[in-house]
Amino acid sequence: MKKATFRIWRGDARGGDFVDYTTEVSEGMVVLDAVHQIQAEQATDLACRWNCKAGKCGSCSAEVNGMPRLMCMTRLNTLPLENPVTIEPMKAFPIIKDLITDVSWNYEVKKRIKKFKPRPPDAPDGTWRMAQEDIDRVQEFRKCIECYLCQDVCHVLREHNLHAEFIGPRFLVYAAALEMHPLDTEDRLKELKDAQGIGYCNITKCCTKVCPESITITDNAIIPLKERVVGEFYDPLTRLFRIFRPRASSEQQ
Amino acid sequence: MIAVFISNIWPSNILSATVESSSWGFSSLVPGLRSGGYLKGSMASTDVSLKRRPFGQTSRPDAWWAQPLLVFLGLSAFIVYSTWAAFQGEHYRFGPYLSPFYSPELFGTAHSWFGAKPGFWPGWLPWSPALLILWAPGGFRLTCYYYRGAYYKAFWADPPSCTVGEARKHYRGERSFPLIVQNIHRYFLYLALLFLVVLSYDVWEALWFTEAGQTSFGIGVGTIVLALNVVFLGGYTFSCHSLRHLVGGRLDQVSKVPICQRAYFCASYLNRRHMMWAWTSLFWVAFSDIYVRLCAMGIWFDWRIF
Repeated sequence: MKKATFRIWRGDARGGDFVDYTTEVSEGMVVLDAVHQIQAEQATDLACRWNCKAGKCGSCSAEVNGMPRLMCMTRLNTLPLENPVTIEPMKAFPIIKDLITDVSWNYEVKKRIKKFKPRPPDAPDGTWRMAQEDIDRVQEFRKCIECYLCQDVCHVLREHNLHAEFIGPRFLVYAAALEMHPLDTEDRLKELKDAQGIGYCNITKCCTKVCPESITITDNAIIPLKERVVGEFYDPLTRLFRIFRPRASSEQQ
Repeated sequence: MIAVFISNIWPSNILSATVESSSWGFSSLVPGLRSGGYLKGSMASTDVSLKRRPFGQTSRPDAWWAQPLLVFLGLSAFIVYSTWAAFQGEHYRFGPYLSPFYSPELFGTAHSWFGAKPGFWPGWLPWSPALLILWAPGGFRLTCYYYRGAYYKAFWADPPSCTVGEARKHYRGERSFPLIVQNIHRYFLYLALLFLVVLSYDVWEALWFTEAGQTSFGIGVGTIVLALNVVFLGGYTFSCHSLRHLVGGRLDQVSKVPICQRAYFCASYLNRRHMMWAWTSLFWVAFSDIYVRLCAMGIWFDWRIF
């Protein structure tokens, strides 16, 4: 049976290094299968977070050959196995052990985003009416599995360490899902511009490239939010227009 | 509040991290962590502080440098050629054809809108009609969301490519001057839409050939070149992210305004190929100038189809 070498980062908060493991690989295997095989046969103390093995729980996020990926969705036949396959923990978050990082910063950030605030019900029975076309746009954002690969690849976080001033692509998608929702009445633009640092995004589209759910993060979430921020704070014509015609009911509800 | 400091955990000191924990007891989950961290900013009670990696460092084995290099070469070639062509000030008309770099010709030849070279033109600056107008389409491309992402990588290496270490220590993004000026993009869009009208009129003009004092309808290769230029520039302009926002994206209930809904649908459809339109139109606008220029110089022959 064919063999492949996996160069896995081993260590914890005190330090660590890459360790090479050679194991047998077969058709249909994904990186997580190889990690489990190594865990079972050679390194029983190898720490690896996983759950569904179906690309839906977002637990097994790591960097495979330098790119953020879900290990369970990365087939070995898509990787050059003639060289060692590098597997590292995500770099945008603090390490806990081996391939596990502490992603709890994300949970803290999410709490800071204004929650969904629907308009009063449309019908006496307490229900609303929405057009399918309007909800289709935000439906894409609901596919997010919170694997945080987009946060990991974002250079504002991983290279410039601006966790304190920038919420990252994941939460710009989350904010977009709320802000563009046809029932929502909350206004999040001031926070997006100031505290949540949407201006830090320089549209490199790395987040879109690594999203395992193929969410068009940059084009459909971040840039539309940027445009809304421009309209609200930087566009004198729009501001002048609003003096004579206050925001329509269908805008920013 | 529990302060947790994580350090020296990465080979070659690639990464170190600081975690500030308040109520969720992170340190109890992580053996071997010691106190002494610091709080930075106020985004959340958790602070993440990671050590930067050296410029160009990455674990990626692929040719990550290829795409930014191609963008660098492509945009550089266009900038060099368009600057050279703009300063030439001649060979921009051939028969009914007008180079898009010189359209609209506000001042210049007898065909210009307002007559000869304006009196306000500084004597030290070489005169060319293109210099009066090229700032508008140039600004449209410079502030374009696609090009921004592309040239931040290719020219600023910010980042050089995804997950590749950067050279700069400080980063301000588009939050402050000068890059906050990128927010002017929608105003360049308005100008670009006007240019499309003018360039479309140029195509109409390119259908009428004057020979021996007689003007007749006809189509030359140059007519097709200029028409394709309008098609590609139209694709690029109508796929613009700002236009997509303005025609319908700004509305949460776009279905309530059918014309906006239709326009938003069309803009979104084109927007999915915005990068393709950007490069196609960039190449073709330069080629259109080359075509007219070489015909005017007598190097190329313009073949009349009918």
